[in-house]
Amino acid sequence: MGEPSGFIFQDVVVERGNRRALDGFSAEIPATGITAVFGPSGSGKSTLLRLCNRLEVPTKGRVLLDGVDIASFDPLRLRRRVGMVLQRPTPFPGTVRDNLRTAAPDADSDRLSRALTRAALDTSWLDRDATTLSGGEAQRVCMARTLVTEPTTLLLDEPTSSLDEAAASVLERAVRDLARAGTAVVWVSHDPAQVKRMADHIVRIERGRYAGSDLSNPPEMVGE
Amino acid sequence: MNGDVGAAGLATSLALVAVAVSISLWQRLGLERQIVWAATRALVQLLLVGAALALIIDPARPLVWSWLWVIAMIGYAGDVARRRAPEVPGVLPLAIAAFAAAAVVALTVIFALRVLPLEGRTLVPIAGMMVGNSMTATVLVARRLVDELRDKRDEVEARLALGQPSGHAAKPYLRTALRAAITPQIETTKATGLVFIPGAMTGLILAGVSPTQAVLVQAVVMFLVLGSVATSTAVIGLGLVRRLFTADHRLVPL
Repeated sequence: MGEPSGFIFQDVVVERGNRRALDGFSAEIPATGITAVFGPSGSGKSTLLRLCNRLEVPTKGRVLLDGVDIASFDPLRLRRRVGMVLQRPTPFPGTVRDNLRTAAPDADSDRLSRALTRAALDTSWLDRDATTLSGGEAQRVCMARTLVTEPTTLLLDEPTSSLDEAAASVLERAVRDLARAGTAVVWVSHDPAQVKRMADHIVRIERGRYAGSDLSNPPEMVGE
Repeated sequence: MNGDVGAAGLATSLALVAVAVSISLWQRLGLERQIVWAATRALVQLLLVGAALALIIDPARPLVWSWLWVIAMIGYAGDVARRRAPEVPGVLPLAIAAFAAAAVVALTVIFALRVLPLEGRTLVPIAGMMVGNSMTATVLVARRLVDELRDKRDEVEARLALGQPSGHAAKPYLRTALRAAITPQIETTKATGLVFIPGAMTGLILAGVSPTQAVLVQAVVMFLVLGSVATSTAVIGLGLVRRLFTADHRLVPL
């Protein structure tokens, strides 16, 4: 494995039926800080994210992580190294502890507590029923669950889209702290204000293609 | 009276079909033609099967004919499963494998361990009970598993994204599907004798066998069905999990 240099997308095409979710996408996502993947609905943001941990594979082109084609990695190890939090919270049945143990069956209590803290929670949450939490709480439990595997990169697919403003800002703060502590974050968003608040780098995507590293044409995006 | 039905008896029993037709006419259900067609078809099919069975299970005929009959039954049941669950990818070979596995387990216990003597007249009906009951449960488990994985795709992918292997990530949904398919069989087994007197026993008692002997045969058949349903559903469930995930642990589009 090479030096940490992040993700490189080389002319990536993803076909779904006769539609192209990504259509010759080339860009880089650095190995540090928060990179916002920004663009309108249906532009290919989620597909891009799913390529990073091989929940999806390119029809054409390559995705490199730290200089190595991720097609050559063991997908299970890759997914522990590149964690992902989905758009809607997906707590599994059981307690918060059960949820964290699903990710890491033999994690000791130190590791559980560390993951909870990094997701703005604490050990008092361990025995709560994960399926009865509010949206924001459940999303942070999902983030803690992903962090138990101690990934070096965290992928977040519009993680605040189903949350109210207060819950969203708790999550944003937690993610900023994570990035500061050295975890690379890739944050998918269609909200220019959020991108402005959060991003160290921007990858703008339109119609499945790389469209620049700035927030240009934000007025068009507001209605999304 | 030994329970034999003659041609006159059969003709008289058609009065019951006439009752169904009259109800359809009276309530304007528009089902009369279908009822007559279904009754005719059932009668012709049964007569044909009866004639074929009489040929095949004749003690003078080699047992291989009975085995061929069993194989044809499994193939036909696989085709029925394919038609009933068209949304399930690759269901035909999986269903056939499931019935074959159930056959191996059930027939080994019944015949290799000498619960019944291995003859055409025991092999064909035993295999028929096994395949017939397994078919419903197999279709149920296949459809339910596909539904579960499609409806809970986010949850399944969250598990995969945590680095769980696909077999592991699919477990909770496989468990739900298997429980849904096996539970009705358990309920039926529990209610046997109290709520209804099952077909095998009815037939034996009508044919003049003592109720005690009929009960023993029925018990064997119930256990056979339970074992076959559990085996065939487990085989199709596990096989389908392999089919619905790629080798690199991704859930295929459903």
